[in-house]
Amino acid sequence: MGLLPKEPPAGEITPEALYLRRREFIRGAAGFVGVTAAVGGGLIALSRRGSPPAAPEVAGIDGGPSPDALSIASRPPQFQVDEPHTEYAAATTYNNFYELGLDKGDPARNGHSLRPRPWTVQVDGETHRPQSLDLDTLLGWFPLEERVYRMRCVEAWSMVIPWVGFPLAALLRRLEPTSRARYVAFETLLDPEQLPGQRRGVLDWPYTEGLRMDEAMHPLTLMAVGLYGRTLPNQNGAPLRLVVPWKYGFKGIKSIVRIRFTETEPPTTWNLSAPNEYGFYANVNPQVDHPRWSQATERRIGELRRRPTLPFNGYGEQVAGLYRDLDLGKFF
Amino acid sequence: MAAPLPWLKPAVLAGSLLPLLEMLISGLRGTLGPNAIEEVLNRLGLIALVLLLGSLTLTPLHLLFGWRWPARIRRWVGNLAFTYVLLHFLTYAVLDQSLAVDAILEDITQRPFILFGFAAFLLLIPLAATSTDAMVKRLGYVRWKRLHRLVYLAAGLGALHYFLRVKADLSQPLFYATLLAALFAIRLVDAAKKRRARREREAAKAG
Repeated sequence: MGLLPKEPPAGEITPEALYLRRREFIRGAAGFVGVTAAVGGGLIALSRRGSPPAAPEVAGIDGGPSPDALSIASRPPQFQVDEPHTEYAAATTYNNFYELGLDKGDPARNGHSLRPRPWTVQVDGETHRPQSLDLDTLLGWFPLEERVYRMRCVEAWSMVIPWVGFPLAALLRRLEPTSRARYVAFETLLDPEQLPGQRRGVLDWPYTEGLRMDEAMHPLTLMAVGLYGRTLPNQNGAPLRLVVPWKYGFKGIKSIVRIRFTETEPPTTWNLSAPNEYGFYANVNPQVDHPRWSQATERRIGELRRRPTLPFNGYGEQVAGLYRDLDLGKFF
Repeated sequence: MAAPLPWLKPAVLAGSLLPLLEMLISGLRGTLGPNAIEEVLNRLGLIALVLLLGSLTLTPLHLLFGWRWPARIRRWVGNLAFTYVLLHFLTYAVLDQSLAVDAILEDITQRPFILFGFAAFLLLIPLAATSTDAMVKRLGYVRWKRLHRLVYLAAGLGALHYFLRVKADLSQPLFYATLLAALFAIRLVDAAKKRRARREREAAKAG
């Protein structure tokens, strides 16, 4: 009669069997969704532990003025590399700095706990003037240079990074080593409050590294206080770190608080941890494989295909002479 | 009555494939981090190990709690684990090594951690190939079961592969290795119990 609602078409009427099983259907749907989410979510969470964090937007890099730009006095042409620079975001979110966490993304995530000021560097061992140096006093001594270096990690990846710093040789000369000093050793800050990774004994803390005196005095060897024109972010080893471009990255000790001159080869952290895997010298050498990965090739971060690794990371012309009398297969 | 929990298998399948979807989306958005190939390789490897151990957890769950649902998804989980192992291997061979055969052969022969991972992959191939009902029938259940015990060896090699890969912090690989050992122990205890029960039955019959 037009007043009654229209009967729904036959196709829209729920079949009786389904109507009777609706509770079962809802239970099944809930079970499906629940198990899918639990299995999927669990696997995703497990597999993403320690993944690099989302790249931060950075003032001065992504445009706009940089709040912590460094004043750079020079860009010596002999210390530049004519290769595209690694993206700033990659260089600051893909780091090995176990004191701030074991996965590559951890240092960027956990770096906030490190306080790079006030900062003191202890100088001792074979020196005429053992002393405690305030970092800012030390920085006042040297004009800052920008140098673009290849960085080759022992894990077979590499970057090209514009560092800001000063030659280690200039610093060491001011620290007046005695004639007995044949090596120089470095130590990272030991403070589990600032470097929470030190609460776990995965390595023998504090991290220590060392160089032979002639390596330390080589003009390529750099003390870095910045990268990409700005102050070192904590995850990159603020406020003071070593850069030795012809050696594997782990030689580049971060957040240095002590410089000690020694007569004998100082113990170094990774070498103590696994002597058959990491030598004292750790010169980049495609001929000497790490037991767990080949050193013949590397992946440049940002590139898809591997590229061949160069002897001494491409700095052979400058440094091969340092090792003329050394069996590099034995002293790797 | 229809098979109970008809949604279980599809849910396990969908859930196990979600990480692939997530990785694909992240890859397209460029959010896999600076070393995307390594990231994908590590994620696929970890999920493969987790699923492989997951497949080995199902029988102990039945033994410990008497649940019946684990047995129904066991082969599915095993096949999903193999899928991830295969993708992990392909990522290594194609994306990481660009199919450089000499470099891959050198890795397998020179580096124990890669050798063990590769051996686990090879061991799992016959298991994946015989995972259908038809193959179970063709082999006969007893022989099929004996063959599929290889999964323990493969999982052990997988855990070892992970253990040797890690640089300093062994806690994660140790966790998985311990889990594997516990799962194996539960089965050994159960097998010993069954053997004793059988012997007692036979002794009673003889007496």
